Amino acid sequence: MLTAILVMAGIAIALGAVLGFAALRYKVEGDPMVERIDAILPQTQCGQCGYPGCRPYATAIAKGEADINLCPPGGEDGVKKLAELLGVEPKPLDETHGVTKPKSVAYIQEDLCIGCTLCIQACPVDAILGAAKQMHTIIASECTGCELCVAPCPVDCISMVPLQEDLGSWKWKYPVFRLKQVG
Amino acid sequence: MELQRFPGGVHPEEHKSQSASRPIHAAFVPRKLVLPMRQHIGQPAKPVVKVGDHVLKGQTIAEADGYVSVALHAPSSGTVTEIGLASVPHPSGLPDLCITIETDGRDEWAARTPIDWRNTDPAALRGHVRDLGIAGLGGAVFPSSIKLDPAGGPPIHTLILNGGECEPWITCDDRLMRERAEDILEGARIMQHLLGAERLIAGIEDNKPEAIAAMQAAAQKLGLTIEIAAMPTIYPGGGGKQITKTLTGLDTPSGGRTTDVGVQVFNVGTSYALARAILHGEPLISRIVTITGHVLRPQNFEVLIGTPMSELLLHAGERDGTTGIIMGGPMMGFDVPDMDVPVVKATNCVLAKSKELFPPKPRELPCIRCTQCVPVCPAKLQPQQLYWFARAKDLGRAQEYHLFDCIECGCCSYVCPSHIPLVDYYRYAKSEIWAREKEKRLADTARDRHEFRLFRMEREKKEKAERLAAKAQSKKAEAPALSTPEQDAKKKLIQEALARAQAKKAAVAPKNTDNLPPDKQAEIAEIEARRAKIVEIAKQPVEPEQH
Repeated sequence: MLTAILVMAGIAIALGAVLGFAALRYKVEGDPMVERIDAILPQTQCGQCGYPGCRPYATAIAKGEADINLCPPGGEDGVKKLAELLGVEPKPLDETHGVTKPKSVAYIQEDLCIGCTLCIQACPVDAILGAAKQMHTIIASECTGCELCVAPCPVDCISMVPLQEDLGSWKWKYPVFRLKQVG
Repeated sequence: MELQRFPGGVHPEEHKSQSASRPIHAAFVPRKLVLPMRQHIGQPAKPVVKVGDHVLKGQTIAEADGYVSVALHAPSSGTVTEIGLASVPHPSGLPDLCITIETDGRDEWAARTPIDWRNTDPAALRGHVRDLGIAGLGGAVFPSSIKLDPAGGPPIHTLILNGGECEPWITCDDRLMRERAEDILEGARIMQHLLGAERLIAGIEDNKPEAIAAMQAAAQKLGLTIEIAAMPTIYPGGGGKQITKTLTGLDTPSGGRTTDVGVQVFNVGTSYALARAILHGEPLISRIVTITGHVLRPQNFEVLIGTPMSELLLHAGERDGTTGIIMGGPMMGFDVPDMDVPVVKATNCVLAKSKELFPPKPRELPCIRCTQCVPVCPAKLQPQQLYWFARAKDLGRAQEYHLFDCIECGCCSYVCPSHIPLVDYYRYAKSEIWAREKEKRLADTARDRHEFRLFRMEREKKEKAERLAAKAQSKKAEAPALSTPEQDAKKKLIQEALARAQAKKAAVAPKNTDNLPPDKQAEIAEIEARRAKIVEIAKQPVEPEQH
């Protein structure tokens, strides 16, 4: 009787120790759900969803505080992926937060730039190069097209230029039926 | 040598006799040459000439930009008249950066320096291959310098010279082997030297007996140890993985390359171009092109890169009723956007279309799951499943079904009784997946940059606070040292004056608040309370202004 109790207690302690060790050793930092939602978001960091960046929005979705259809750059496709991940019904994009636009990059008209650095402070990904009273320029390859630099510019020298398709970015189109023209 | 049979394949009508019977016609110099910067896989070449520059034949006009790139040369002497967007042979129909040269008709060579390849460092030799513009001429135009680098993979034991040329209509490799076999083999010798391959095999389909004979004769003359195999004629027997299977029996693993099993494959045209480049110092400025289909005199021409296809067509006798041009063969080629696009390094065939030769495809009908596409697939895929997934835009499933093992040979489309353009669906799915991967990479970069920015701002704030604290500290430390007895006396005086003023203020009571009715008193009390509150708020320390 006593032996049995001791054996059971011994096993319980040993397993408890293993579990305790595993809990410490393989601890997952942060909420893995936030990571997975953040991976779907386009990382434009534009704040159109009402949160200061993609990660805060992902956190809000994970907590159930925000809806999944607030991200215009992600578009319908992004909403669909989020719905799939969270196991909810997809819904149309909430247009009060903006509409999906073709991917663009900011362009600074350099002869108008006065070097005020306001756009540099606004850029969420540090994609604008320049210094006080020096001309600024966009690092096009790093620009996410968030448009946050457009409003602060006091001389309105920043415009958004939609990316043109070239041979490097061209994609094969989805095959479509060519309907025969009648009459 | 025992040959193996690769899975699948079809037997389309060959149509090779039209152009194979005439010898290669020497190059002619057109008045204008248009040279796209993107003629190879990888980074486009970078122009090194300006508008107005006079260039000599063989002079470098654009250099390789990065590792996966090759240089480009002037195919004839003349003047650079334009560097800008021009129409190029590409399925998209989009223009691309091109250098246009107005030829002067003198066809004057720049200095040509043959390279002593046996006594040159392999890395330097590969550098020459890149700078002489050599890319795979079988159709993929992958920079040869990279394929000739054996480092970073399993050792290469076998080098295959690909003389398969399985696409219908095309005979450029056939004619090249018949007429210039020695140069091809000289090139193979250099390749073998660079790769360190023990075995050298040439695979030629058995519908080209003259080419096989010519290659055998040349090998004997050069004393080169090479196995020349006559392969059964099955499309796509000239595919890299298929020819490897046929000649060595080795299966390329899914998602891999033939180099994973120690085999490197080069087209005979590439080998020829390499020999001309290394042994004669002639960069890749021309290639053999089959002009066939709806023309009067189907024939192979040695064509300068950059020659407009329309001029070639005139040269071979353009006929009425030409409805367009296919670059490449009918199985894997594509319609060029307009007839004036230039011949590029990848152009092995200019196939003129007519309504009779290439009637419009019958209407696409629904897939009936007959699975006729399955046994013909040389990559052992399930084309009908891939089609359903691509059609439903279920790209993940398509990838699970090994979409990227598809070599786009078109056997499935060829046998499809519903005339479904299956390969178009696979191409769509592939390029969509690539685009999404690229988007993902960009998003990851943006995330990293944003996170770094947040970190930087936090750090700057902390640094500023520390700086301010240090400043305040030093001020405090300095203050007592500055006080002198004189200053102390002054301070005392000021304090006394302040105390006096405050006492006076307290003694004087406002007269207009005496003897008031209770409701007025209450109102005054309320106002006093509010004032006290405001004073309280004003006394609180002000938060430092944020930037």
